[in-house]
Amino acid sequence: MRLTGFLFLLGGWLIVLAAVALLAPALARAAFVLAGFGVEVLGLIFVVRSHLTVRGERE
Amino acid sequence: MTPATASALSDSALAICIFSVLLVPFALAGLSLINAGLGRSRSAAHSMLASLCVLAVAALVYFACGFAWQGFNGRPAHLLTVAGRQWSWIADQPFFFRGLELDGSPASLSAWLQMLSVGLAALIPLGSGADRWRLSASCLSTALLAGCTYPLFAHWVWGGGWLAQLGINYGLGHGFVDAGGSSSIHAVGGLTALAIVWILGPRRGKYTMDGMPTAIPGHNTVFVLFGCLLALVGWLGLNCAGAILFTGVEAGRVVLIAVNTTLAAASAALTAAAITRLRFGKPDASLSANGWVGGLVASSAACAFVNPAAAVSIGLAAGVLVTFTIEWLESRLAVDDPAGAISVHAAAGCWGVLALGLFARFPGPALNTVSNSRLWPGGADAGQWMAQLVGIATLLGFVLPLTYSLNWLLNRFYPQRVAEEGERQGMDLYELGAGAYPEFVTYTDGFPQR
Repeated sequence: MRLTGFLFLLGGWLIVLAAVALLAPALARAAFVLAGFGVEVLGLIFVVRSHLTVRGERE
Repeated sequence: MTPATASALSDSALAICIFSVLLVPFALAGLSLINAGLGRSRSAAHSMLASLCVLAVAALVYFACGFAWQGFNGRPAHLLTVAGRQWSWIADQPFFFRGLELDGSPASLSAWLQMLSVGLAALIPLGSGADRWRLSASCLSTALLAGCTYPLFAHWVWGGGWLAQLGINYGLGHGFVDAGGSSSIHAVGGLTALAIVWILGPRRGKYTMDGMPTAIPGHNTVFVLFGCLLALVGWLGLNCAGAILFTGVEAGRVVLIAVNTTLAAASAALTAAAITRLRFGKPDASLSANGWVGGLVASSAACAFVNPAAAVSIGLAAGVLVTFTIEWLESRLAVDDPAGAISVHAAAGCWGVLALGLFARFPGPALNTVSNSRLWPGGADAGQWMAQLVGIATLLGFVLPLTYSLNWLLNRFYPQRVAEEGERQGMDLYELGAGAYPEFVTYTDGFPQR
């Protein structure tokens, strides 16, 4: 789950980069930047949960 | 108001800049004291020695290769062409400061300031890894930070990199703007602290078997609060020097920067004190101190471009954010961060960057070669807000995975956490062979029996 989370973080950033580089209309660009940001938040949740799981297993 | 490039600064700007950089070591001293004070007494000497070692490693590594990859605005860089636009992604400078005249030019002042700034960023994870992070491992991790993560992101923000050029290339306001280092120093350091805490795990005894956190209070509140006062002096220098060198504000604007920095810290500390007073009946000294530093961190990005009332608002929000995220990270996410560095530096740093997008009003002509024609009268620019959001997305989506993977790899080959015996004895005795307070023996089981 940790690797998935970090891949989501990276993927979200790439979506943001692509939106900035490839989209000209302000609304579409903003929508895709926010979507990429959302993917990053999802990745962050995965990474956090993976560390909670590891700690639970240690206990 | 173009950022200083190869052209020389005016005499007054040069004098103020040199004086400001001379103040920055106070921030290093303050943060070191805060880290030591919030840790245990049996690790106090270790904490201070680790601060010195980390600062030394950061300066040397930055001298060796950091500046070569960070560079300075207007100096050679590697360019990548994407959809017809050039993205500057890493500087192309010789190693060991070769080709850099240390003569008071903006580039040389930047190199001097950055040698100290990278040390400040490296001190941040030390507070989070307190009481369990080996000295040698913290030095190696610092080398990775100062040689790779920090210069790369700092080039993007301060070296004329693609984030700074978002305005000229894509019409996003003035591009990503961060005058004093909310993102490039503090958020980078704070995210590295988060990676270190995840890799090290919590201190022994921090969580009960059912997952409830136990209180392990800092050992010296006087250190912590005095560290806050020192940090203010250092931050004044950091924000003034950063604003002059990296955003090209005129020398007279340092008064506004100093007022804003002080107001943000003051309002954040009072907010934290008021919140803890309301919730627990008495103000909490360590959380108020965290609020103070959180306010300083949040002020850094926008200090040169907001009015004092906005600085107070930024500080208020930082105080609330820091107070609640510290508790949330500890109790809900099982993140054992003795110094609260993740909340203070990563969370407040990101807030500072966003706040610039909300409150900033840019004076004079161009910043990052973009004029003010697109600004709304009396308000923020949607494009600027978007540029700041792209910067935060880069911190989360690139810097966090990079710093985590570098430290994870280091941990695979060179375990970063001290042995169980070391935690039981305390880092002072286990790694240094002597305690910070030999006349106050609290943990007698760690001392040799006579």
